Amino acid sequence: MTGLGNTRLCGPADLERMRQELLSRRVPSAKSVHVCTGPGCAAKGSPKLYELFCAAVSQAGADVQVQAKAVGCHGLCEYGPIVLVQPGDIFYQRVEEPDVAEIFRETVLGGRLVEHLLYENPATGQKADTVDKIPFYKVQKRIALAYNGLIDPTSIEDYIAAGGYTALPKVLNGMGSEQIIEEVERAGLRGRGGGGFPTARKWRSCRQAQGSPKYVICNGDEGDPGAFMDRAIMEGNPHSVIEGMLIGAYAIGSSQGYIYVRNEYPLSVERLKQAIEQARELGLLGQNILGSSFAFDIRINRGGGAFVCGESTALMASLEGRPGEPRAKYIHTVESGLHGKPTNLNNVETWANVPAIINRGGEWFASIGTEKSKGTKVFSLVGKVVNSGLVEVPMGITLRQIIEQIGGGIRDGKHFKAVQTGGPSGGCIPAEHLDARVDFDELTKLGSMMGSGGMIVMDEDTCMVKVARYFIEFLQKESCGKCTPCREGLAQMLHILNRITAGEAEVGDVEELGVLAELLEGTALCALGKTAANPVISTIRYFRDEYDAHILDRHCPAKECRGLFRYEIDPEACKACGICMKNCPEDAITGEKKVPHVINQEKCTLCGTCWEKCPFTAVLKV
Amino acid sequence: MIQNDKLIEQIVDRYDKDVGMLIPMMQDLQAECGYLPVNQLRDLSRQLEVPLSRLYAVATFYASFRLAPKGAHEVTLCMGTVCYLKGAPSISEAICREFRVEPGGTTRDGLFTLQAVNCVGACAVAPVMLVDGKYYDNVTPTSAIEILYSLATDKAIAEKEAET
Repeated sequence: MTGLGNTRLCGPADLERMRQELLSRRVPSAKSVHVCTGPGCAAKGSPKLYELFCAAVSQAGADVQVQAKAVGCHGLCEYGPIVLVQPGDIFYQRVEEPDVAEIFRETVLGGRLVEHLLYENPATGQKADTVDKIPFYKVQKRIALAYNGLIDPTSIEDYIAAGGYTALPKVLNGMGSEQIIEEVERAGLRGRGGGGFPTARKWRSCRQAQGSPKYVICNGDEGDPGAFMDRAIMEGNPHSVIEGMLIGAYAIGSSQGYIYVRNEYPLSVERLKQAIEQARELGLLGQNILGSSFAFDIRINRGGGAFVCGESTALMASLEGRPGEPRAKYIHTVESGLHGKPTNLNNVETWANVPAIINRGGEWFASIGTEKSKGTKVFSLVGKVVNSGLVEVPMGITLRQIIEQIGGGIRDGKHFKAVQTGGPSGGCIPAEHLDARVDFDELTKLGSMMGSGGMIVMDEDTCMVKVARYFIEFLQKESCGKCTPCREGLAQMLHILNRITAGEAEVGDVEELGVLAELLEGTALCALGKTAANPVISTIRYFRDEYDAHILDRHCPAKECRGLFRYEIDPEACKACGICMKNCPEDAITGEKKVPHVINQEKCTLCGTCWEKCPFTAVLKV
Repeated sequence: MIQNDKLIEQIVDRYDKDVGMLIPMMQDLQAECGYLPVNQLRDLSRQLEVPLSRLYAVATFYASFRLAPKGAHEVTLCMGTVCYLKGAPSISEAICREFRVEPGGTTRDGLFTLQAVNCVGACAVAPVMLVDGKYYDNVTPTSAIEILYSLATDKAIAEKEAET
């Protein structure tokens, strides 16, 4: 710790003293530059920006009060790398290395805005200088992501100064187990990992279960492709997860926790490890936490890259050092989970919501959202939408609001076709249901599900049969193979979908898919298999015409499935430049100077090279 | 690298010989060797008193374990939904065609191992490719090939420098 002298906090008073001390050290006029190092911004080179800002800070004179901070995902990844200057909430987007000096000179030292780095509303052309003026952030409500982008995830002091670790002493100082569970019950918190099971009921069952020790697990195996909510929380505010787990463990009566993190998230592992170390140093983990008799510690396990390990029993098998195969759940894991002991497993986002519920009360949390889905939900809004990024919205908001108001609509002036929610277990929701409210039950009614929070927007160029095929292929590869319906059923479904997308399908194939889907839903062992057919069922339900076009007309309406459409050159648009001719690997294009070129359909293998290379978009898919 | 005969002993000690920590142990072994050499696995099975078949079951169940050495560079291509929609399959095809490598395989010259993964969680900047952990955003078939050729050039330069 940096000079606070109290390495171990012996009671809530110590913690409060530390917080006051941290706050009193802050100079109100001091500037702070926040560089987003979330996955999106990091991919665009933000760690280098952070280094440059640090260098600039160290070169600034001693009279300048300024610091640079690397913070977690800020959400608007599309416009990354994002840099915020505090105080003032000044929002700079698409910052590049040469801009660092300018920001430092103009904004940090001079207090002036750097106009060309401000966000410009594409619809109105208006510039926004602060975060709250950007439409993307206006509709959002942040609980789980509240401190993301504000605090340095590698500093426990930042979390404490921002009001972190206030729920824990509140709990230790006189809230009984039942009282905590009641508060969570009042909040109406439901599992954010996909299933939406009431968290309080799970905690209570685990508390009441016979057997010891009891375990709590944080499921950070965010396997759904297209989802990075949990990653953003683990990397942007790891202490919120730890504090949530501490509270849960105290309520349940557990002294050992595990966080299971996906193999693909090495930075999450690093951040969590560091956070756990810091919490241990301060006595917020370990024996006699904050001077009480409560003891709890957390161990991190890295996954091995198996999607099925997001399923609770498979995850526990993996924690026991075995292949991640699920088991039937007629005995719940709250009674017999890890090592056969009562185990309570919640998702990262669920845990991160807990401190806020304790601090602000269950009623406050329940005042947000719909009747049966309370609070907020984090979504990764991605795909063919203008503003890709991470959003947190109150439950009950409509899909249209998310996609149009926050997401800014569809890219490149295309038309919306569907939004896929719930990952491989979810489904595709078409335009006619865009006014549906986002809530656990509503999405299930539409044949999709809330899932962990991936929201993938698709436009007119997306073939829905191919989307279904993608998910079935994904699940077929990831099926652990323990139960026959999943192992064989998915293989057969993939076989049929391959036939359809290759234009070799037969009439009756769609019905066959329906039969297999029913079989999977009714007989598969775990949730992976039971919900595996959802992408197929929902696309058949809403986009049957596309299936029929593939099967009856041998035509792909979205022109994505190779062989089910042709390439042609538009003689009006063709400038006879010869680029397509030069690049065609089959010499299928003929033409001369000043004469529009023609594709010889018999020779064409539909590789699409001409379409990619044409500088005048004269090659058309028909 | 830690001396070979001590390696397994050290890894096993790191986790107090807890069989439940088999996966982290194997991850450590892979981090050390780049893959899971069969002799080391045999050694690990002996020390943990767990049949080799179980280690093999774990090694083949989880996608991140490798039983063969990898190339000089690790190329990871994201095949998540968003990357897929935005053209990852054509990137994969282009790489495979250009470098005559299969997903999961290593180029003949050992320059890189190509791995397709489900999702790296950087969907907002899809399609994404990683080279030795470094992210490349909004990749296209052409840019991917350029990036990979630059690895070869770097290698050639390094070799030349080593010669002179």
